[in-house]
Amino acid sequence: MKETMPKTDPGALSMSRRGVLAGGAATAAMTSAPAAIAQEAARATAPAPSQPAPTMPVSLEVNGKRQNLTLDTRTTLLDALREHLHLTGTKKGCDHGQCGACTVMVNGVRINSCLSLAVQHQGDKVTTIEGLGTPDKLHPMQAAFVKHDGYQCGYCTPGQICSAVAVLDEIKRGVPSHVQADVSARPQVTNMELRERMSGNICRCGAYSNIAEAMEEVAGVRA
Amino acid sequence: MKFDTPAGQNPIDRMQVVGRAHDRLDGPVKTTGTAPYAYEHHADVPNAAYGYLVPAAIAKGRIASIDTRAAKAAPGVIAIVTAADAGPLGKGDKNTVKLLAGPEVDHYHQAVAVVVAETFEQARAAAGLVRVDYARGAAQFDLDDALKTAPLKGGSSDEGSAAPPVDRVGKFEEAFAAAPVKLDARYTTPDHSHAMMEPFASIASWNGDQLTLWTSNQMVNWGHEDLAKTLNMPKEKIRFMSPYVGGGFGGKLFLRTDAVMAALGAKAAGRPVKLALSRPVMANNATHRPATRQRIRIGAQKDGTITAIAHESGSGDQPNGSPETAVNQTKLLYAGANRMISMRLAVLNLPEGNAMRAPGEAPGMMALEVAMDEMAEKLGLDPIAFRIKNDTQVDPEKPERRFSQRQLARCLTEGAERFGWSRRNAKPAQVRDGKWLVGMGVASAFRNHMNMASAARVRLSQNGVVTVETDMTDIGTGSYTIIAQTAGEMMGVPAEAVVVKLGSSAYPVSAGSGGQWGAANATAGVYAACVKLREQIAQRLGYNSADVTFQGGKVSSGNRSADLAKAAQGGELVGEDKIEFNKLDKSYQISTFGAHFVEVGVDAYTGATRLRRMLAVCAAGRIINPKSARSQVIGAMTMGVGSALMEELAVDKRFGLFVNHDLASYEVPVHADIPHQDVVFLDEADDKANPMKAKGVGELGLCGVGAAIANAIYNATGVRVRDYPITLDKHLEQLPAVA
Amino acid sequence: MKAFTYERAKDAQGAARAAAQPGAKFLAGGTNLLDLMKIEVETPAHLVDVQDLGFDKIEETREGGLRIGALVTNTDLAADARVRRDYSVLTRAIVAGASGQLRNKASTAGNLLQRTRCPYFYDTNMACNKRKPGSGCAAIGGYSRQLGVIGVSDKCIATFPGDMAVAMRVLDAYVETIDAGGQRRAIPIADFHRLWGDHPEQDTVLKPGELITAVTLPKPIGGKHFYEKVRDRASYAYALVSVAAVIQPDGTGRVAFGGVAPRPWRVEAAEALLPQGAAAVTARAFQGATPTKDNAFKLPLATRALASVIAQSKA
Repeated sequence: MKETMPKTDPGALSMSRRGVLAGGAATAAMTSAPAAIAQEAARATAPAPSQPAPTMPVSLEVNGKRQNLTLDTRTTLLDALREHLHLTGTKKGCDHGQCGACTVMVNGVRINSCLSLAVQHQGDKVTTIEGLGTPDKLHPMQAAFVKHDGYQCGYCTPGQICSAVAVLDEIKRGVPSHVQADVSARPQVTNMELRERMSGNICRCGAYSNIAEAMEEVAGVRA
Repeated sequence: MKFDTPAGQNPIDRMQVVGRAHDRLDGPVKTTGTAPYAYEHHADVPNAAYGYLVPAAIAKGRIASIDTRAAKAAPGVIAIVTAADAGPLGKGDKNTVKLLAGPEVDHYHQAVAVVVAETFEQARAAAGLVRVDYARGAAQFDLDDALKTAPLKGGSSDEGSAAPPVDRVGKFEEAFAAAPVKLDARYTTPDHSHAMMEPFASIASWNGDQLTLWTSNQMVNWGHEDLAKTLNMPKEKIRFMSPYVGGGFGGKLFLRTDAVMAALGAKAAGRPVKLALSRPVMANNATHRPATRQRIRIGAQKDGTITAIAHESGSGDQPNGSPETAVNQTKLLYAGANRMISMRLAVLNLPEGNAMRAPGEAPGMMALEVAMDEMAEKLGLDPIAFRIKNDTQVDPEKPERRFSQRQLARCLTEGAERFGWSRRNAKPAQVRDGKWLVGMGVASAFRNHMNMASAARVRLSQNGVVTVETDMTDIGTGSYTIIAQTAGEMMGVPAEAVVVKLGSSAYPVSAGSGGQWGAANATAGVYAACVKLREQIAQRLGYNSADVTFQGGKVSSGNRSADLAKAAQGGELVGEDKIEFNKLDKSYQISTFGAHFVEVGVDAYTGATRLRRMLAVCAAGRIINPKSARSQVIGAMTMGVGSALMEELAVDKRFGLFVNHDLASYEVPVHADIPHQDVVFLDEADDKANPMKAKGVGELGLCGVGAAIANAIYNATGVRVRDYPITLDKHLEQLPAVA
Repeated sequence: MKAFTYERAKDAQGAARAAAQPGAKFLAGGTNLLDLMKIEVETPAHLVDVQDLGFDKIEETREGGLRIGALVTNTDLAADARVRRDYSVLTRAIVAGASGQLRNKASTAGNLLQRTRCPYFYDTNMACNKRKPGSGCAAIGGYSRQLGVIGVSDKCIATFPGDMAVAMRVLDAYVETIDAGGQRRAIPIADFHRLWGDHPEQDTVLKPGELITAVTLPKPIGGKHFYEKVRDRASYAYALVSVAAVIQPDGTGRVAFGGVAPRPWRVEAAEALLPQGAAAVTARAFQGATPTKDNAFKLPLATRALASVIAQSKA
């Protein structure tokens, strides 16, 4: 939940930092004629003295292991995992919650780790793809992805697998979905249910059909 | 190894390892997140600083001034590089537009500067403090407007060329005028974004004047050469590595901004720098598939015999760019005595247009195969029968050239059988399932095969391990696995026993990954290297190399036999060679074929289209690994769904940018869009293609899907939409009334 | 992303007081705020994380309705048995939005406060009165397929992009808040989102520092519940048009539209025409609409989507 404070927003001036704002229809004409772009008020402001950004201690339990970090408040959970703990299995595909490559489980629930600050997760239990299985000891979902060729380039794959594991759990727990005819009923493991619930994980290589098969195998159904 | 006569029988024909469905060898590392992508080489580069791009805020003009004072003073900032302090830079041969703006800006989000800082957060924040003032220049962003005066740009229409800019066979205009049944239709396809999941990313590390670059690039050698050219340094001083590529689809064929700016940033910072493009910058910073405006005319006799066919296409690109060759397939796909093909190329100041999966054929087939459907309806013929009627076994422009292999008709008939095509109601808008208007559609699939030289080195170590080294990349295509299968087949060991090392400029130059040429050519290069190694092994063992066989980890000749490992006991053996091609593809037209079948439902109320069933039947030579090849095809079919139903980079013609430049606003298919997909490969081996007798499938799977969907939508609704993507607004008001 | 300080609030009024300071913002799920901070559309200097305030329960009210804590996640709200039984339009709206991952993180209050998805708002090189008052609106005359057709102004043609609020609008929900002075109020959802007018930078009627504590649903109204969301791809996309509806056995009911306006678009005088069919309702509901060439299709689409709902209600 957030509050918008338009009148007092200190960021308002910073919008001009690149010195140009494409105008509305009126300024569109400028595209066909060379024109020096007017400079904005912020230009006059002298460079502010640099101040280090705030940092905070953050303690996480990642894949069963306690991790104590001191992080810039701006550090996302995703970057804490990738850049600070070197757990690079969790991928940065868009950094804006638009692709699902960064999916991890926090306290047993899948989230986009890119849209979460590490400092929001004080004391949380995080499970990443590295916590599910290893090349020598694959998690059943990882093994099913290999068997059904549920990936190609492999970049969205850890997020797909974390989501796939969580989706089967969500169905088991009765979390409703958009494709249920009756949302008050218990959801079933069907091909359409899996596809709808996996839709937050984009695979540009297009392994969807195979991923659904892998999940059906792990769920023990032929949907 | 020169490949200039059809392949005879060779060890690959045993098909004991090649041709078998094989789990990917990189599966365990990819599914556990342990495969290192470009930004993830912490172990190799423990002390990298972070680079962040400052992209141009205008599409065309000049940088008036850059003020980096605030950014330089920001916490953690180590260096800032702009064109003014980058030193003289070259331009890569394969880049149409330079990768760093200054003082001229060529397109929106072109790189203006890189900010290097201790942390990612610091670099990103400081990039926001770089002030750039611009002077806008005159520009053209409107394709339709620009095409009004755009020159013809045929394959041989360059200035000074004596060749006519229009390809003609017979007399098209006369034949078309005389044809009793004719179609004259216009189609449009929009700009498309590759939207691969792994952003453009590189880590650059200098050691004196030596540069090591970890990046994400489909073509190691192209990138290597163009990076050297851009940085004005000898290629030999650069190590260029791309062991895992998180998708490319043509977007990572070339050297891109990330590599150059990481290298410049690292040099200025005096330490390694890692840089990834942020997602909102990718669509405009990088290349895209250009939009097309196409016109197709087909004239036929009443029995369906095509007598005249013309395909004209217009597209735009930056100055000195290239056309989207959407007319390619029309030169080869159907017979017809009178033909005319031409392209126009407009100069636009949008971001650089370039190759995206099946360049040319992907948008071309989206038009041609709808035109064929429209024509079949005019003729009262089944669309499959009409296509088969005009099938050809020779190049229609040069009948002396035969197709090396062409089973298009069988793809169509076998697909029809499997898909239940006979249940299709030829009359549109007749089938209803609840609120869904249901339709079926078909299209031919066609994509040319390309021969590319490809080299590899194969080692047999003293302990008997076979290792392949080639700069080939695996962009999700399965290269690791099919190369292991190839070497396994040749050396008589299982694929799992082969160590495959890819994606480094330290290895022999391969075909790389693009144009669906990767699998066939790269494995052919491995084949050639294995032949060399086999000769050495035979020689070492004192066998007659003519009759030596490699099987079950043993080398045999006559009644003599030895363990493979024994051959290298006296020292490692290395075979290195390159497959090279010449005239065979001049005498034969080598192409891949297929047929796409889809069933759609169109919501009778909202007009939204959803896929119900999809099938592809492919005839593409020998399939090296049916498992990963099938994945290539279903992935391409999925991209085809995107281009048919949702993908469009929206052009702001005032400011010259693709407005929907992130993954929320540039929609690509999600799981819910894609039903179960079936793929059938016809059993083929094309001995004119290469010793593997293989071609490619990764783009074939895309060519025609969009049209099959368009045709199915028409079959469902009776409303023909010729402008992609076929979003609901394009036919909504022509659907039957509901309220 | 600009640097910011971060605190975890211990109590609601303290949170409101902290967030009333210039440059401060509340942080709950963060799924929209962090997205916008990364591209410096939002540049708070201080974040007040409210996750520990305990507003994470769904309780029955004395009036027979439900009081939904501001921090209840979208998933938990959609999955609540009482919501699924008595307010299924709300469950349907929530599960039609975003993705499973986002719904697990996004909060009830944050969902109400999500900002527009106008691409020009998201691109800081473009003029945007909502992002930078007085800078102009690049969307007008630009790419506007997703944008608003009614309730917009010559300063801004953006839409409110959410789904949940559209369902809450037909349920006549109230938004409960507390401000820095400890003052509480209950805002009818009809009044919660502003029309852009001359001040598109103001999305809602909330005052600086005013904290949403809960959303209250009046007692169930029966009827059949629908949320018809129309979009190009089948999932994980914003609505081109959505219809939230509760239809009674006699054909009367309530209807609100999403994806068309600065707020969930419900016109009570229009929904009174439900028995006359979809075209009658939308003709009245969209009277005075000002679509662009790109988004004019939203008008017939709204009619057809409502017709689909009415047909389902009769099935």
